[in-house]
Amino acid sequence: MNRAGDTVSLGGPEARRQLLHVVGTEPVGPYTLVRLDRGRLDPGVPGQFFMLEAPGRVLPRPMSLCRAPDCELAFLLDPIGPGTRALCALEPGQSIHVLGPLGNGFDLSVERPLLVAGGIGIAPMPYLAHALGGAPAILGFRSDRHAEAARLLPDAEVVVEPRLVTELLPEDPGDVLACGPEAMLDAVRARVPTAQLAWEAPMACGYGACYGCVVERDGRYVRLCIEGPVLQDAA
Amino acid sequence: MIPILNASGCLDALTAPGIAQRLDAFVTKTVTPLPREGNPPPRIAETDAGMLNSIGLQNPGIEAFVRDNLPRLATLGVPVWVSVGGFSAADYADVCAQLDDYDDVATIELNLSCPNVEEAPETAAELVAAARQPTTKPLYAKLSPATWDIAESARAVAAAGADGLSLINTIRGLELDAVSRRPKLARGAGGYSGPALRPIALACVHACADAVDLPIVGMGGVASGADAHDFVAVGASSVALGTILFSDPQAPERIRAELGADEPAATDSLRGLGRESATAAKLSAD
Repeated sequence: MNRAGDTVSLGGPEARRQLLHVVGTEPVGPYTLVRLDRGRLDPGVPGQFFMLEAPGRVLPRPMSLCRAPDCELAFLLDPIGPGTRALCALEPGQSIHVLGPLGNGFDLSVERPLLVAGGIGIAPMPYLAHALGGAPAILGFRSDRHAEAARLLPDAEVVVEPRLVTELLPEDPGDVLACGPEAMLDAVRARVPTAQLAWEAPMACGYGACYGCVVERDGRYVRLCIEGPVLQDAA
Repeated sequence: MIPILNASGCLDALTAPGIAQRLDAFVTKTVTPLPREGNPPPRIAETDAGMLNSIGLQNPGIEAFVRDNLPRLATLGVPVWVSVGGFSAADYADVCAQLDDYDDVATIELNLSCPNVEEAPETAAELVAAARQPTTKPLYAKLSPATWDIAESARAVAAAGADGLSLINTIRGLELDAVSRRPKLARGAGGYSGPALRPIALACVHACADAVDLPIVGMGGVASGADAHDFVAVGASSVALGTILFSDPQAPERIRAELGADEPAATDSLRGLGRESATAAKLSAD
């Protein structure tokens, strides 16, 4: 058992890596909310992420925090592959290593926030809404079953495909904070160039070591784990 | 004591200095003559027993490296090994000539085998010979396992002036998306690393340790103290951590703790064990 200190110096604010106990899991439509004992990890800023050890897999999985109740960190996962399936299958009594918080989250100094999410992009929104002291939200899902996740944001407006979440964007949307599939983020950015967008990319390390998660920005490749995952074009 | 390094490409000491400082030497990502943006994403994919990468030698180029990065790396307090790459013998010679001026460069590792870029037309030995000319720094040749006889490559680079071997680089692999049946990486194939590589790496170290009398940095799926002992037993004098750093940034101190229980004599007694038993097995089969 490694007790050689659980703080990892990554050059900036200290992220910690610790073995966290599973408190429980809850189905949310087709998704699973995985609740972990917080240990000594800081929940960080909404939109930041954590690397979750995926049992039996070679690489951890990057996940943004969904909820941060007292003493817990809760992550909403979509079981789409072997790693996320292993995480969704966790049971109370098991433990996984978690590293975080990592990356740059949402800028919370906004006057008229509007949360926009598609599918599993709803994951960071409950914690974000809480940090903002409440905020209107519009959500899009691909099926009624997926839309059951909207219960995590009870006052949100919800559309289901073939309707798209961008149809709900008002003329003057205010300060948009969005998370969802790439096509949705591209559409939101086309309508609201100053929107804060939480992107995702395959990631091996989460702390700038592998250069695997690059995205093109201003004609150059930048590491999403360091520069993002929340990116905002110049206003 | 078994020195622990990182495998080139698996750690950025400027982003995570605290991790680099836990190593006995820090090895940079490969530096080329000119800046490179690297390959388009997606660049990484997990497999059942390892991972693929297709980074494509993203780096600022030798000029910016020695101007901007090297002075910062020198403050880490650990020896800095610079990994050098190129697309011709002249490229390797050029970068090594520039690095030779800097006392902060402890060792040069020649990346002779990146699976993610076009290869130089020359052989590994010709590249080592070209790099040897302009520098007196220790030169380590990083060899590819994708060769018929790696011991022959080891003998050739030793004759060309290599001072040590880094074994092994990744081996080319491909993974498909389960739904679309298309490659997960933008460029198709990538470099395969992680636990699946360990037996391949052990075989390469084993073969090269018999063939040449050079120090060997063993790497390929090292994830524990026991793995490090395996590499020493087949002839490595140090080990480097690659993929494990992605899932466990605390691996350097964890593995050192796992090794720490051993007396130095115990580690020494491992040296050559993996080679002896194999020889004995071969003789009894004959």
